[in-house]
Amino acid sequence: MMMMMMMKVMMMVTVMVSEGSIIEQTCKETPDFNLCVSLLNSDPRGSSADTSGLALILIDKIKVLTTKTLNEINGLYKKRPELKRALDECSRRYKTILNADVPEAIEAISKGVPKFGEDGVIDAGVEASVCEGGFKGRSPLTSLTKSMQKISNVTRAIVRMLL
Amino acid sequence: MASTEALLPVTSRQDPLSESRSDQIPETRQRRPIKVHLAVYSGLLLIALYVALIVTHDGSTAQHGAKDETSTESRARLAGVSEKSNDRVSRLSDDRKVEAFAWNNTMLSWQRTAFHFQPEKNWMNDPNGPLFYKGWYHFFYQYNPNAAVWGDIVWGHAVSKDLIHWLYLPIAMVPDQWYDANGVWTGSATFLDDGSIVMLYTGSTDKFVQVQNLAYPDDPSDPLLLKWAKFSGNPVLVPPPGIGAKDFRDPTTAWKTSTGKWRITIGSKINRTGISLIYDTTDFKTYEKHDTLLHQVPNTGMWECVDFYPVSKTQVNGLDTSVNGPDVKHVIKASMDDTRIDHYAIGTYYDSNGTWVPDNPSIDVGISTALRYDYGKFYASKTFYDQNKGRRILWGWIGESDSEDADVQKGWSSVQGIPRTVVLDTRTRKNLVQWPVEEIKSLRLSSNKFDMTIGPGTVVPVDVGSATQLDIEAEFEIKTEDLKLFFDDDSVEADKKFSCETSGGSTARGALGPFGFSVLADESLSEQTPVYFYVTKGKHSKLKTVFCTDTSRSTMANDVVKPIYGSFVPVLKGEKLTMRILVDHSIVEGFAQGGRTCITSRVYPTKAIYGATKLFLFNNAIDATVTASFKVWQMNSAFIHPYSQDDIGVPSRSGVRVNPNTVEELLVLEHLEILTIGIGNDSGLDQFLSSHKLMRCTQAMKFNNCRLQSSDVSFLAGMEKLDNLPELKNIYWRPLPFPCLTKIRVISCPKLRKLPLNSKSGPSGEKGLAIDAKANREWEDEATKACFVHPSIEV
Repeated sequence: MMMMMMMKVMMMVTVMVSEGSIIEQTCKETPDFNLCVSLLNSDPRGSSADTSGLALILIDKIKVLTTKTLNEINGLYKKRPELKRALDECSRRYKTILNADVPEAIEAISKGVPKFGEDGVIDAGVEASVCEGGFKGRSPLTSLTKSMQKISNVTRAIVRMLL
Repeated sequence: MASTEALLPVTSRQDPLSESRSDQIPETRQRRPIKVHLAVYSGLLLIALYVALIVTHDGSTAQHGAKDETSTESRARLAGVSEKSNDRVSRLSDDRKVEAFAWNNTMLSWQRTAFHFQPEKNWMNDPNGPLFYKGWYHFFYQYNPNAAVWGDIVWGHAVSKDLIHWLYLPIAMVPDQWYDANGVWTGSATFLDDGSIVMLYTGSTDKFVQVQNLAYPDDPSDPLLLKWAKFSGNPVLVPPPGIGAKDFRDPTTAWKTSTGKWRITIGSKINRTGISLIYDTTDFKTYEKHDTLLHQVPNTGMWECVDFYPVSKTQVNGLDTSVNGPDVKHVIKASMDDTRIDHYAIGTYYDSNGTWVPDNPSIDVGISTALRYDYGKFYASKTFYDQNKGRRILWGWIGESDSEDADVQKGWSSVQGIPRTVVLDTRTRKNLVQWPVEEIKSLRLSSNKFDMTIGPGTVVPVDVGSATQLDIEAEFEIKTEDLKLFFDDDSVEADKKFSCETSGGSTARGALGPFGFSVLADESLSEQTPVYFYVTKGKHSKLKTVFCTDTSRSTMANDVVKPIYGSFVPVLKGEKLTMRILVDHSIVEGFAQGGRTCITSRVYPTKAIYGATKLFLFNNAIDATVTASFKVWQMNSAFIHPYSQDDIGVPSRSGVRVNPNTVEELLVLEHLEILTIGIGNDSGLDQFLSSHKLMRCTQAMKFNNCRLQSSDVSFLAGMEKLDNLPELKNIYWRPLPFPCLTKIRVISCPKLRKLPLNSKSGPSGEKGLAIDAKANREWEDEATKACFVHPSIEV
């Protein structure tokens, strides 16, 4: 009976420890542990990925967030027509994230030249910041741009581990 | 049965397995009879911890050798050694302080350089396989044919007769084999004993493995080396045991060993130690790997683009890569993947076992205090031996410091530095000296000479007209009394900590500095890029001089990196302080003390562009008066354009097609002060030439094969070159002063009847103008010829 329980406990422990370990070890070395862990755990590939794989998962999250933000921007043209200029700038900047930064980062990390991936990831944060700045403090996109900055910082930290 | 949840903390997927977990175990223990179960539970705990250790260890070895053991080390790596740092991003995130700013096409199109190599569009990075062959300098480069960011890499190709005037050629190599399907990456050329060329380059295979491949010119009799053949037995090298599949790239030029074998080196890393692997070969197809390394330095990370070459201890010429001997030192250079910095070190090479030892291990390759070719933006550099002129030439990739959105908008990204000669500093023997190749002087147009004395706290505008394309050579001297006062003042302590980066830039005033030039400045100095010296008291009662470039106020734009670059520069006894600055739109290259310390910067002004760009001289010292003696040249464009048949032996044709629309567009440019244009055909040419406004701005023109009929043409007095005009009858109906003109050569102008000259034309002085009409192969008739053959034109 005791032996059975011990076996179960051992297996539980093994499972518990191994499942969280790589993601958590990695995320500990990023500026936002909780965000990092929740993003990576929410992806089924996370548990078996190596550092490159984890970086690619996060870049995917950047891509998803970019598309979401672009949709939001498109919706705002009608609701807030007075913000057209700032929205145009944001639209352009976010399209750069989608069409330039993300593909660059994916290719670079897959091919083992992570520094170009770092460039793309950092730039995603920059473009988001510039977009946000265009509203001079009264932005309707703040939570989205702040998310992008945070994810960019976390992703960058992981990409740097590959250097 | 006790549930397992009672033993372990309640874990959802988000809960970290933190150290607090071990605290919780003792708590749950208290609920049970301690005596009986204590042993059991501590046993379980031990097993759990043991399992945790195993799993963590497995996890880290599964990753390609890049993970740190300790988190503090990786935080240091994160902490912003890369230039595109957190600094820029975090500053931007405080939205209220950020001004809304948007780039427009006028600002962006100004950024394109006039005489630095860059492709017509899209992304470029590392220089590849530079060489001189059959009269042409060849330059290959990492290129993305599809976008203005890195990706889809192929080998771009260009040729030049003089390392300055480049002609674009078709792509040399594309990823068309399994062994380079994911990228045709950086490589180097070697000349074999029979003069043939072999090229070794890194391929990223279809499985993302980095391998080395052999390629050679498809047709060695083609001086343009247009087509390249890949060896059927590729790859010739794959990552050896112990080396990561993605840590094996950028093979060097080979050098001959004393046994007659060829030897190459390839950078890599083992954990955090940067290394350079070494291989011997006789045929470039099969290789023997040495068990030892050429060199290694702990904690420097991956070594990219390793370069290895000899320098003469005694002479200022370059050496072929295979040269060795007692009068020679060897340089190892590597590009640090971690920090994006190129470092080099000078040392001794032992050919017998293929090892190298640095002269000064405290500044070994890759250590943060190690020497650099350039203290600004400069990476993936590569040298080659120019057997044409006996020099070693250095190429360096100069990336952008702006946002990728701007790159996408303007359609291009990255330039190359002006090729530099590299020699050992025969006076200090401890560092290299670099200098832009002599051929760049062919771009010099008009010049202005100045001698100025400027007191402390002064800024003086330097009137040179246009200030976007300049070559400045300057000499500075601090007034002796001021120097003596400072030097002898014991209360002034040695400033050990002064560095360009930490000193607060050009506005931080000291007794003896900063002083220098402010380039790419607007009239109100709201945007400016100071390039300057700062003299302080160093150790052992010596003066210490630092050379810096401060881009922190170079632009109002907020999405651009604006660092302060620079470093200490050795100034030997009796030497004046000298600097040279090349300004070419969005790039500034600064050279101190003949190239002992060099700084390249990328600058993106929003206001100090086109005609609004100004040059200033400044002295921000508190106590010292400085005399500056300097010359400023206007620099012509290099007219880099696609190669065409006309380019053999005939003055190059630029890609600009002047049509009536072009003229309209040019006339709209309100602030146009200088126009440098090459005209390929003559549609719209008449209109162009008869526009007073445009002709006033035109500094240089090159014609080729045009049918110029018109005689009613006004020319800028300072123009230097006008050739190949088969229909040209005359240039202007009355004599022109031509204050800068010294010589006229008439070539292929069969109909030219007269030149707009009289006794007052030409630079003042008795020398007069030289008119060389012998080069004119055919004359329309005898009468025309007589005008020129006899020096009846007295000037």
